[in-house]
Parts: sequence; structure tokens; C-alpha cells
Amino acid sequence: MHIPDGFLDGKTAVATGALAAAGLGIALWSVRRTFPPRRVPLIGLAAAFVFAAQMLNFPVTGGTSGHLIGAVLAAVLLGPSAAVVVLSSVLILQCFLFADGGLTALGANVFNLALVTSTVGYGVYALVRRVAGDGLRARLLATGFAAWCSTVAASVACASELASSGTALWRVAFPAMAAVHMVIGLGEAAITTLVVAAVAGVRPELVREAPLAARAPRYVAVAVYGLLVALGLVLFVAPVASGWPDGLAKVAATLGFEAHASVPVLPAPLAGYVVPGLGRAVPSTVLAGATGAVVAFGLAWLLAWVLTSRGLSGRTRALETTVAS
Amino acid sequence: MNLRLLSPYEHRTSPIHRLPAAAKLAFLGAVVCTVVLVPLGAGMIYAVCAAALVTIAALSRVPARHLAWRLLLLEPFVLGVAALSLLQPGGGAVFAAMLVRSTLCLFAMVLLASTTRFTDLLAALWRLHVPALLVTSLALMYRYLSLLVDETGRLQRARRSRTFEGGRAFAWRSSAAVAAHLFVRTSERAERIYDAMCARGWRT
Repeated sequence: MHIPDGFLDGKTAVATGALAAAGLGIALWSVRRTFPPRRVPLIGLAAAFVFAAQMLNFPVTGGTSGHLIGAVLAAVLLGPSAAVVVLSSVLILQCFLFADGGLTALGANVFNLALVTSTVGYGVYALVRRVAGDGLRARLLATGFAAWCSTVAASVACASELASSGTALWRVAFPAMAAVHMVIGLGEAAITTLVVAAVAGVRPELVREAPLAARAPRYVAVAVYGLLVALGLVLFVAPVASGWPDGLAKVAATLGFEAHASVPVLPAPLAGYVVPGLGRAVPSTVLAGATGAVVAFGLAWLLAWVLTSRGLSGRTRALETTVAS
Repeated sequence: MNLRLLSPYEHRTSPIHRLPAAAKLAFLGAVVCTVVLVPLGAGMIYAVCAAALVTIAALSRVPARHLAWRLLLLEPFVLGVAALSLLQPGGGAVFAAMLVRSTLCLFAMVLLASTTRFTDLLAALWRLHVPALLVTSLALMYRYLSLLVDETGRLQRARRSRTFEGGRAFAWRSSAAVAAHLFVRTSERAERIYDAMCARGWRT
């Protein structure tokens, strides 16, 4: 999802750059205030860890494999502010050392892949935990669902930036990006849940400690980030969305052809993010999104249940001792 | 893994390599901004930028094969994003222009990466008053990157030599276990590093 140079126009690049700088500044300030000095080197090392963990392969089907993105993992293990700094470091290093992700798009990439992912991920995590409770099962459920939500949110932010730059049409970019990342998000949810469960099996205090320490300032931080992300969405989605109704008016004429052209390109279960037979309108997009969310929540719940039930966790522990020794 | 495997040419001593990192960052950043900001039809400006970049590449004496390989490695991502612009009226022209534009920018960034040491870039960022916490994190990340990648390899090798290969579910769980243990070791290493930093007089 790294945007290369040349796909964002000037105003989008400057606006996302300003938002990313503001968000990163707040994150640095919050880390400096709330992080114990002992754990400050962990931020740099956690960035190297995310980079190394992204190299682990998770086989999907027939030769293809996925990998961890790591935003929610970092947010759950270190807290949202530290996660923003960790992921920004990863993105900056990828940009300057490997030319992965453009220089003018660095702001947009930091906004999408560090700010939006960590904020949305940690927000959902905190929300689900508030409802579901404090046990390990509730924590894993919250982790899995948060990972899915953060992946989808980042893809929507990316699509809106591409659309507001005039690189791609919103009605093409949004369903394509969202549908693909609704599937990728399931993998991210599973991997993140498995890793957090394994960390909790070896060193439970690493999972327990992080969210409990310095609780009050974190909510303030989450609120401020939420505001920033909302501002970004208003800046990019609103002008695009205001052009939406006339797009909808032309749906019958234009999109009838457009949909035929785009459906085979998208390997999505809900054929182009639109529930068949309901017509392509806002309600059906919302319905498709909701269906995806329910599926993701079910998967997270199932994983959390399986990982914390007795027989399997014994086997996982046996596996971990083999890896550790 | 040695970091020189990742960027094998940043330690050479051509005239371009000897220039200060901030100057290279400023110049190549200006080239990228120019290419991004001029309208899609401005072929002359693209040609001038391309000529400048090729001249720098020749002066830097980085093998052309290395630069081409780096470009080809990243081109699929560019194609992936550009493909989204195909699905609109007149998308073909936009697609071609986007491709030229982002390949030029990619070329500039690959040149920067292979002629400038990352530590010099960090020093430049430090002088530009980028917050100390961010620069320290970046420096630590760069220092321990190859170490943790090696550690991942060792964990995977230890797992492979002690267990039979199971199905896909097993592969997922064992990769997750490797990641989890890597995190545990990373956090322990971070504490040792903090002690070592304090012993050498570092203060927050």
C-alpha cells in the first residue's frame, strides 16, 4: 500500500505531509511524556522488529504467501503513540534506504500506514475490550478485529488520496482498494492474533503491562489522533464525496459498462464490493462493508476462542518451547 | 546479514559520493518535486530531469546493472497503483504519463540511496532539528536491522531442525511463534541496550 512518487498532486502531498507531521509530532511528545526512559530504546528496536517480522512468510495458497503489516501488533504491545513512531521510522527507512514509497508521498504513507492504522486499530481495540472485558480471550478478539479494521481504514484513506489527486476515480479506487484489503485484513487479523497469543503464552506481562500503564493520557492521545484522522478524512473524502451524487446519476449509463470491466480484475468475494442484486448504491456499499466486518469479527472471535481453549493452547505451548530452546 | 548487501555501493568514493548528504538530499528532492508538480504533458522538463539523473548516475560510477535491478524490483508497485488509473475515461494516456513520472522519481531516490550513507542522512536530519527521539529511533533501527533479520533466520532454522513440517495451519502458528519470540528477545535486548547506553553516559 506504499504510494510511490508521482501519484499524488501538490495539494494532496502538502496536506497529508502537514497532517503526518502534526500526528508524528504529537506521538513523539506523548511518548516522551508517558514512556519510561528504560523503554525508549525499545522504540527503535521495535521498528527493526517490525521490519524483520515482515519478512516471515505465511503461506496462503499455491505458492503465494502473505506477511505481517504490524501496526496493530505494535499498538497492542507498545501503545498507540509508540506504534505511530515505530511505523513512521519503518516507513522513513524504507523510503530512504530502499526507495520503497515516494519522497513526496512520504507524508501520505505515514498518514495512512502509521497514523490511521495505529489510531483506528487501537481505538477499536480499546472499544472492544471495554465491551468484552479484560481476559486473554477478550484481548485476542479485540486484537483480531482491530487488525482487520485498521487494514481496511488505511486502504480507504489511500484510495481517497489517490482520488483527490485525480489519479483514479473514487468510484473505481474505493471499491477496488477496500475489497482487496477486506480480504488482506483477514490474514492480518489472523497473524496479529496468533503473534499476540504466542507473546502472551511466553511473557504475559508484555501483553498485560502495555495497555494498563499510563491509562489516562492514552485516551487523550487517542482522542487527539481521532480528531486528526477525522480532519484528514474530511479534507480528502468530502470533496470527492460531494462529486458522488452526479456519479450516481450516471450509474445506469456509465457504471453498467464499468462494472463489467472491473469485476474480473478484483479477486473479491463480494464482487467489486457490491452485493449482487441490490443495485450499486450507497446502501449496498455500506451493507457489503458491514458483511465484511461481521465476517472479520466472527473470525477474530473464533480464533480467540480456539487459541484460549485448553487442548490447543497446550499444543501451541509445546511448539513454543521447541522454538525457544 | 551484512547491511552492505542491502546497499552495496553507498561506501564508494566517487565525486558524487563525496558531496554532503544534505546537498544530495536537497537536489534530488527538488528533482522529485519538479517531476511531480509539472503537468503531465511537459515532456521537455521530464527530458531535462532524466538527463540530469543519468549524468549523476554516470558520475557516481554505480554500476548501471545495480540501478536497473533496483528500479525493476520496485516497478511492480508502481504498475499496481498506476493500474487504478486505467479504469477511467482516457486512462491510457494518464497511465503512460504516470509511469514515466514515477519511474523518474524512483530513479532519483534509488540514486540517493546508493550514493549516500544512511548515517550521513541521519546526521543531516539531526542538523535540520528533526526531533531527537525520532532520529535516535531511526539510528537504533538501522543499527539493529541486520541483527534482528539474522536472529529471525536463526529462530526459523532452530524450529525447522526440531520439528516436522506440518500443514498450512502449522506453518502459520510456527511463524507466529517465531515472531513472538523475536519480540520477546527484542524487548530484552532493548533493556540491555539501555543499560549499556547509561553506562556510557547517555541521558534522556
